[in-house]
Amino acid sequence: MKHDTALVTISGVSKLFENANILAISDLTSQIRPGRVTGLVGPDGAGKTTLLRLISGLLRPSEGKLEVCGFDPVKEPNSVHEVVAYMPQRFGLYDDLTVFENLNLYADLRSVTGPQRAATFERLLEFTGLKPFTKRLAGALSGGMKQKLGIACALIETPRLLLLDEPSVGVDPLSRRELWQMVYELVDQGIGVIWSTAYLDEAERCASVMLLNEGKLIYDGPPDALTDRVQGRAFLLSNIEGDRRSVLARTLEKTAILDGVIQGRNIRIVTAKGAITPLPSDLLAGEAAIMASTPPRFEDAFMDLMGGGQKQPSPFLKLQSTNAHQNEIAVEAMGLTRRFGDFTATDNISFEVKRGEIYGLIGPNGAGKSTTFKMLCGLLKPSEGFARVAGMDLQKAPSKARARLGYMAQKFSLYGDLSVSQNMDFFAGIYGLIGKKRREAIETLVSTFGLASYLETNAIMLPLGYKQRLALACAVLHEPDVLFLDEPTSGVDPLTRREFWSHINAMVGNGVTVVVTTHFLEEAEYCDRMALIYRGRMIAAGAPDELKASARSEDIPEPTLEDAFIALVEKDDRQREQT
Amino acid sequence: MTRMVGLTRKETLQVLRDPSTIMIAVILPLLLLFLFGYGVTFDPRSFNVGLVIEQPTAETGSFKASLENSRFFQVETSHDRRFFEQDLVAGRLNGIIILREDFARVVYRADTAPIQVIVDGSDPNTAYLVNNYVQLLWANWLEQVSISSGQSRGPPLASLEPQIWYNSQVSSKNYLVPGSVAITLTMIGALLTALVVAREWERGTMEALLATPVGITELIIGKIIPYFLLGLGSMVLSVITAILVFDVPFRGSFLLLLLTSSVFMLCSLGQGLLISTITRNQLVAAQVSILSAFLPAFYFSNFVFEIDSMPWALRMISYAVPARYFVSSLQTLFLSGDIWSVIGPDLIGLGLFAVLIFAITARVTRTTLD
Repeated sequence: MKHDTALVTISGVSKLFENANILAISDLTSQIRPGRVTGLVGPDGAGKTTLLRLISGLLRPSEGKLEVCGFDPVKEPNSVHEVVAYMPQRFGLYDDLTVFENLNLYADLRSVTGPQRAATFERLLEFTGLKPFTKRLAGALSGGMKQKLGIACALIETPRLLLLDEPSVGVDPLSRRELWQMVYELVDQGIGVIWSTAYLDEAERCASVMLLNEGKLIYDGPPDALTDRVQGRAFLLSNIEGDRRSVLARTLEKTAILDGVIQGRNIRIVTAKGAITPLPSDLLAGEAAIMASTPPRFEDAFMDLMGGGQKQPSPFLKLQSTNAHQNEIAVEAMGLTRRFGDFTATDNISFEVKRGEIYGLIGPNGAGKSTTFKMLCGLLKPSEGFARVAGMDLQKAPSKARARLGYMAQKFSLYGDLSVSQNMDFFAGIYGLIGKKRREAIETLVSTFGLASYLETNAIMLPLGYKQRLALACAVLHEPDVLFLDEPTSGVDPLTRREFWSHINAMVGNGVTVVVTTHFLEEAEYCDRMALIYRGRMIAAGAPDELKASARSEDIPEPTLEDAFIALVEKDDRQREQT
Repeated sequence: MTRMVGLTRKETLQVLRDPSTIMIAVILPLLLLFLFGYGVTFDPRSFNVGLVIEQPTAETGSFKASLENSRFFQVETSHDRRFFEQDLVAGRLNGIIILREDFARVVYRADTAPIQVIVDGSDPNTAYLVNNYVQLLWANWLEQVSISSGQSRGPPLASLEPQIWYNSQVSSKNYLVPGSVAITLTMIGALLTALVVAREWERGTMEALLATPVGITELIIGKIIPYFLLGLGSMVLSVITAILVFDVPFRGSFLLLLLTSSVFMLCSLGQGLLISTITRNQLVAAQVSILSAFLPAFYFSNFVFEIDSMPWALRMISYAVPARYFVSSLQTLFLSGDIWSVIGPDLIGLGLFAVLIFAITARVTRTTLD
């Protein structure tokens, strides 16, 4: 197979969904080559899935033309299906069939029979490590194993092109790393792989990247070439004196700074192009602060491409006078255990969160984060143990405790057919705000979040960033002491995420306590402390830097949070195997 | 062929593992049979009536005895109608029969009626039955009296003697039980199929299937076969229970029963597939299939409600409901036998519907997600 001929040629393709009047793909031209991983990178709603469906012939382009392995997916969909394997989101598995039955079905569908089938199964089960689990129902597999089974089903007949739609969502870092190793092996066999993802860090592992934003291709080429844009402009500010969150807020106001994020105890900074690198003292980070150069990341380049993050400080910074952080306990979990039948979703989870702290519950999907979270908010009764918020037991005084907490659910939980003002009115009503108090609370947040021009727009029609602002506004209308955020920024673009965290950081500065769940490890860096939840248990807890330090070894002198996570998970797996 | 076998096997495994399919295919038909076999009946039953005898005489005594001897009436007696009024209002009595004080005097005269019947019109069905029964009993009694007294009352009254064919015990379960088979098959065909296909769309497995070389015909046939067999199995279960447990006669041939059931299953499955293809959402699919398949099968099939007594427009609608033809065939097969003049047209009606619905389904189902 020649590596220089394109596997997929996309020429001027647009896709308009007429019913919803959404231009999902806008005049896109590109080529995808065999024998390497092409990353299809972009936030939710960028058009990744639509493009994959166009390539696999499941959708027809409104304009333009595609050629896939020499076939036209519109005119010869069956020829395309013969040589292209597609793993949709959620893997296309049947939960009520076993691993073996799922494989059998896809072997039947691709007409792989007889001794050839036996050999294929042998090879794929070996490749994915699923051999011991062939009789297990797919629904009972962990996220990572489902992923591997999904890939195995797609690989029954070795394809020329493998399309993977967000294969790493909700998978623990260890499985994610194994998944990448599998994909690299496939690429070595000459197969072309398209890997779609909302995680920008995954772009760095691809040979080539198509960066999508709102249906447009904003970058197409090797990731390094884009990262080179910000070469020499990335720094790590460490040994900061005082509150790093307020240092970050001040830092971002400077024109010389393009972007900045919290990273454990430190702050990661990208300077503006051509700007003179500021000194730590300029940033009011204290005398002892150190500013050191650090290798740039793909995300830095993305921010540069987008012209930087928001520069205005969060309006919450001015809302209240800053309270001194008291040492009182805002949230307390004691031996929280929850069983569903004979399945233990969470096993003896205990931690304390101090006032004005950001506490993270980190772990892959199905680990028990959400269960813990629901018990903390009083949405689920623990089988054993108890949870207290602002000193009140959620079992004994649930409504009193809930009046003190704000909750932002996954995917924002807004009423799509209600307008922005109706949504806010509704949530104000729920929290018992009436009369003047309600009017003032709504007015304040409308001006704080710049929602005035959208008041009569239905929530479902809002741009993603505004949806997120509205969801946050609805959760803080009653000025809660404790804010619970469930996967607040999954699938959100980096700009929107930074804006969101600037508000959260400012609120925390005002004394609000935040508990956040995420499987997104970049987000975990924002936390003061965090708990790692894996298979129902809390396998580690501490500040991000402490966890990273625990994974330091000769091989990995500067471990990332992901390295730390993998090391801890592997250690836990070994321990559980022994017992 | 491998692909179709593979899809059928997968579907069968899912059917066997899903408790809801067992519910609909086994529990539901048995539940319907027991409900209609024991619970619901449109047969004559015993009515509570109050008998007011304003002036007791030999004649009133004789009439009272005749009333008490009838298996249709539970009788209470009083001298004053006011004694019963409250009971009638409260529904404890189904009617009041009043024998006026001049009963003995006017009873043999043809011009005036010496008896008055008061019924509760708020339950028209019962009111109608009570009224009719009293009249029938009254006519019988008069005749007996005239025979025993040797007095001729002129030409004998035209006597009405019902002659009932096919369902000689006039037992309503005999036609309700076959009807419930039709309801069960509608549920399996339309509701269950609509749900499972919509589930594939919701869980994203349909997308994975469509991205393989599988064709739309293979997909549809692979889906249909297991549910077709499930429906027939459920039909056999219902029929055996009906015959063995409820003593419903079966006078037709089982081969013809299998044929009509199969054609009806195709209609139902076609509806289910069409609904799920259009809605792609389990909740909507369930609502649509209940509204467009289950309820029409209930109302427009002669199962409970008589089509002949419906307004013209509704009668016309009933022709578009496959259950109408099926219930007619079933009732004929159970109670009369292989009457081709009934079953032939029914089969043609069902066949046309099946062809039409599959033609529409094939047009609407596409192999793309657009």
